[in-house]
Amino acid sequence: MSNTKPFLNRYQTYDFVNRNPVIKNKVDVSHGTVLYMEGVSISFDGFKALNDLSLYINDGELRCLIGPNGAGKTTLMDVITGKTKPDAGSVYFGQTIDLLQMDESEIARAGICRKFQKPSVFEKLSVFENLELSMQSNRGTWVALFASLNSEQRDRIDEVLEIIGMTALRFQSAGILSHGQKQWLEIGMLLMQKPRVMLVDEPVAGMTNQEIDRTAELLLSLEGKHSVIVVEHDMEFIRSIAKKVTVLHEGSVLTEGTMDEVQNDPRVIQVYLGE
Amino acid sequence: MLLKYFGNDKEFGFVLLLLAAVTIIIPLCNLIFSTGSVFYFSAYTVSLIGKYLTFALLALSLDLIWGYCGILVLGQGAFFALGGYAMGMYLMRQIGDRGVYGNPDLPDFMVFLNWKELPWYWLGFDSFPFAMLMVMLAPAILAFVFGWLTFRSRVTGVYLSIISQAMTYALLLAFFRNEMGFGGNNGLTDFKDIIGFSLQSDNVRALLLMSSGLILIAAFMLCRWLVKTRLGRVVTAIRDHESRVRFLGYRVEMFKLWIFVFSAILAGLAGALYVPQVGIINPSEFSPLISLEIVVWVAVGGRGTLYGAIIGAILVNYSKTVLTGLLPEVWLFTLGAVFILTTIYMPDGLVGLWKSKTGGLNHE
Repeated sequence: MSNTKPFLNRYQTYDFVNRNPVIKNKVDVSHGTVLYMEGVSISFDGFKALNDLSLYINDGELRCLIGPNGAGKTTLMDVITGKTKPDAGSVYFGQTIDLLQMDESEIARAGICRKFQKPSVFEKLSVFENLELSMQSNRGTWVALFASLNSEQRDRIDEVLEIIGMTALRFQSAGILSHGQKQWLEIGMLLMQKPRVMLVDEPVAGMTNQEIDRTAELLLSLEGKHSVIVVEHDMEFIRSIAKKVTVLHEGSVLTEGTMDEVQNDPRVIQVYLGE
Repeated sequence: MLLKYFGNDKEFGFVLLLLAAVTIIIPLCNLIFSTGSVFYFSAYTVSLIGKYLTFALLALSLDLIWGYCGILVLGQGAFFALGGYAMGMYLMRQIGDRGVYGNPDLPDFMVFLNWKELPWYWLGFDSFPFAMLMVMLAPAILAFVFGWLTFRSRVTGVYLSIISQAMTYALLLAFFRNEMGFGGNNGLTDFKDIIGFSLQSDNVRALLLMSSGLILIAAFMLCRWLVKTRLGRVVTAIRDHESRVRFLGYRVEMFKLWIFVFSAILAGLAGALYVPQVGIINPSEFSPLISLEIVVWVAVGGRGTLYGAIIGAILVNYSKTVLTGLLPEVWLFTLGAVFILTTIYMPDGLVGLWKSKTGGLNHE
């Protein structure tokens, strides 16, 4: 009897009554928000990498994340993509998909993909093969054994090669590309997956000014089609692409706003420049 | 030249043609020419070359999992031995009542142990097709269980190598026990027939060499095809950057498991072909040392090329035959030295050395 008591409370409304049905591979963005992070905390050996962080990303938005070293930017990406599980808090993709219940590959298949800080391409494979493996398709082992490309898929690869400007390098092995080219290839690999959300960690590190401009153009062209979260240290670059900037500090959101608002915020100045 | 049919893959073609030549010419010479002829290969040579071919198949299986998927398995010998035991059990049943004790129902060692009836896991091994099925199924199941447990908990690198070595060592100890019903430390031996034909006859020996050659060629071509499929590219990608593959949405553990099980089946087949040619299978095949030797073969030949593994296995084993004949006590030192020198001076093995010296056949 004592066990059933909590269930007899007539004022309690239960989660399952109003819960939206989860449809696999269908992201419910009816409220305009594609990613919800609420009260997320995580600590490593007593160091609070994320501290009660809450962040909302709108569908189709390009959002920049800045913050000093150790502010938790990369940890935040790790949490969204399932690499690390937080100690507390919730992370939802759309209204219904609970990302904390899924592993990295499930999250990627659901439509959230990530470019790493260090360019991560498959060096022994060609540029074309790198894109082919990233293509949105069935990820099963037996399927992969007998998979071949249809003309639509070839066109898609050609299209992405065009976007990242590597058509001439398609049969080159990815290992001999320059640092900047590897960054571009990895962005291309994300595009192949037709993701709903792209997390892009330091996209312009090691790029020439010209390459940086082209990267800015590319990321801006994605706005509206994908939600893009960019983490970057290069303030010039952020200024050239950002509409809305979120500043992280010591594992939580310090402030949000346009680049000008953020740069003139005394707290931000203090965090970046010290006393 | 025939090689031009292989386009950019001349090394593959060269090794394939070489294997085909060995598979056809040596058994034929053995059967056609008489003892005095220069073209005659003795029964001993035929068995020896047949054995090398099974080792080449074993090396091929390790190259698939190590060279392409980057998983250094130090227990590949376990799958080889399991395949060998499955074949050995069939050969034991073929002895029938011609054993020392003349018992038609039980192998000699069971009579010796005073067992009254055949254990359940020996049932069915009278049938050749069933035994062949077990040759592949037993290693596959072991690989599946081992892979399922380790890959899912993301055990990688040196930890996985050590666990795989522990696995084969545990099996070594288990198979040493008489109670296991696999002949204890004597193993299974004293075989008479295979599919009704005497194992002592020249024709059967020649046919065994041919089967080993043909299965090696088939496996070689299958592996070549496999690494060129998308599955092969995913596997290579896992070797080079595992987490990237996972973040692309692939279930890495499933791909590892698939390739590991496939590799174990090849190793099992190699064991099954090895046993009738050497006439014995005992628990020493499970010893970690054997598994380490397989790694040396592949490393010396050059991993991640398939044909390198075949070349390495044959060359190292040929050296072993020669050296253990001349100076038996130095063989292990030589093997160790070869491995150390290979690791330091030829990380890509003989194949890599040859390619860097000549630029490979492709660029001639």
